[in-house]
Amino acid sequence: MSSIHAQDLGKSYGRGGAVVHALADVSFTIDSGAFVGIMGESGAGKSTLLSILGAMNTPTTGRLSIDGIDVYDLKSEQRADFRREFLGFVFQSFHLIPYLTLLENVMLPLTTIRMPKSEKRGKAQAALDRVGLGGKGERLPGEASGGEKERCAIARAIVNDPPILLADEPTGNLDTRTTDAVMDLFTGLNTDGMTIVMVTHSPRCAAHVHRVLDVADGRLAKRP
Amino acid sequence: MRLTDISIKNLMRRKAKAGFIMAGLVVGVAAMVAVIGFVRTMTAEINHKMERYGANILILPKTEDLQLSYGGLNLGGVSVGVQPIRQADLHRLTSIKNAANIAATGPTLLGVVSANGRDVLLAGIDMNRVDVLKPWWSLSGNRPDSNAVLAGAQTASLLNLTTGQTVEINGRPMHVSGILGSTGSQDDQLLFAELPTAQSILGKQGQISMVEVAALCHDCPIDDMVRQISGVLPDAKVMAIQQVVKGRMDTLQRFSAFSMGMSAVVILVGSLVVLTTMMSSVRERKEEIGIFRAMGFRKSHVMGIIFSEAAMVSGPAGLIGYLAGTGATFIAVRFFSDMDHASTAWDPLLCGGAILLAMVVGLTASVYPAIMAARLDPNTALRSL
Repeated sequence: MSSIHAQDLGKSYGRGGAVVHALADVSFTIDSGAFVGIMGESGAGKSTLLSILGAMNTPTTGRLSIDGIDVYDLKSEQRADFRREFLGFVFQSFHLIPYLTLLENVMLPLTTIRMPKSEKRGKAQAALDRVGLGGKGERLPGEASGGEKERCAIARAIVNDPPILLADEPTGNLDTRTTDAVMDLFTGLNTDGMTIVMVTHSPRCAAHVHRVLDVADGRLAKRP
Repeated sequence: MRLTDISIKNLMRRKAKAGFIMAGLVVGVAAMVAVIGFVRTMTAEINHKMERYGANILILPKTEDLQLSYGGLNLGGVSVGVQPIRQADLHRLTSIKNAANIAATGPTLLGVVSANGRDVLLAGIDMNRVDVLKPWWSLSGNRPDSNAVLAGAQTASLLNLTTGQTVEINGRPMHVSGILGSTGSQDDQLLFAELPTAQSILGKQGQISMVEVAALCHDCPIDDMVRQISGVLPDAKVMAIQQVVKGRMDTLQRFSAFSMGMSAVVILVGSLVVLTTMMSSVRERKEEIGIFRAMGFRKSHVMGIIFSEAAMVSGPAGLIGYLAGTGATFIAVRFFSDMDHASTAWDPLLCGGAILLAMVVGLTASVYPAIMAARLDPNTALRSL
């Protein structure tokens, strides 16, 4: 169970007169077990904020602490360990590795963990079962539908039981029926105690979250 | 799922790239193995020939000769201050540092005798050492005992000698025990007898004219031995008679050095092939590596994947390079060597060296691409959305 505390987060790109302020003065707290949506127009800074929350994009200003750990005080390799232990990612375009089967894709986050291969396989299979892909683990991503790929990406994000799940427009490429199925899946994970932060454009998806952070021009439009 | 599983799967997916890297390494390693194998075979052949040369060190009385020859016309010579070699001094040869390299010594006494009324050169030699010192001899008949001689091919022809016949040497009847086949050397024009017999006939007991020494030739330090023998026989002139072979060996060594240099260039080109192909592979997998990093792979894990792939291609490339190089040696030796068999036998050391070389080149060339991959910002994965 992990809470997220952001304080005065800012991110600028470029130098001199060509500086772009992607994010400025963003502060919020997300309690453990919350399901939060980040919404806003294209270019508003949603993905920048998510990448900062994902310990992958050092902010120009401000601090981010997760479970009391100041994420950007950690060294690069410590942050990699932090991501492995605390965070699961669901990317918009699935980003499955095309030459690995769905089961192997789900096993990826366990690759660097010391654990018997059979146990890794068991955990990956359990994650696939949870997202409804139990019998399709041996397929390659190219043989799976968009919905199956998305569910596989979710299984990969949850296979090592991270306390926080970050999702960047997870339903952006899916039809309405599949979108609802994916959101039901997220709701179930959240019900089980997982903190979820999801970037979305879709009011249909936003309907599932407990709270929305509106980002406009790099700032939070609506303070929690 | 392990890091190596990711490497294997990626290589299986990108077979053409893996094949290209492998080809670059195979060519380099094969060139190196072929050169080593070829030089080894040629060296073995030269050593073999040197052994067939028999004696390779000559000990002569020290003289100040004036050779009276010009344009191939030999008018004899004038020898001043000849110091004959005493047979009793030869035991000193056993005291030199490289005495163990001496396979045989052949003291020889030369002198002119009258054989059936014609002047012939008689050579007294130790018949027991003939096999080592004159391995090219082809003898029809038997070796002579104390009352017999052996006739060179030309001598037998001129004197109408046949095996079993008697020839009168300095008025002493001697049995002809055998006739030598033609050797194309001065041996064809001589009569041979046991050394004590010749000393008795020539009235030179205890004296010898020259000594032929057969030194074991594989890596034997001939020049050192010449110096050592000169040290124990200061009144004698000692010289090596292997200049031709040494010259050929020098040529081979120069060829070897040149070929090794060329092979090194080929290896360098191979390593550049690995470098550029791996870099292009890393660029293509930017997003994939970003995903790995986002999931918590450390830089060392990413480098591990790249190095595993390099090792998985380099190892087999070394083995294939060894086999290809050995095959190339086999073919080259058939064209350039008289030997019936090339040095193409299974050589685990050379094979291991070839695999090690390929691994070192493959891994070294992958260092930069691996660092490049490890430095990729994980945020790249999200930004590429």
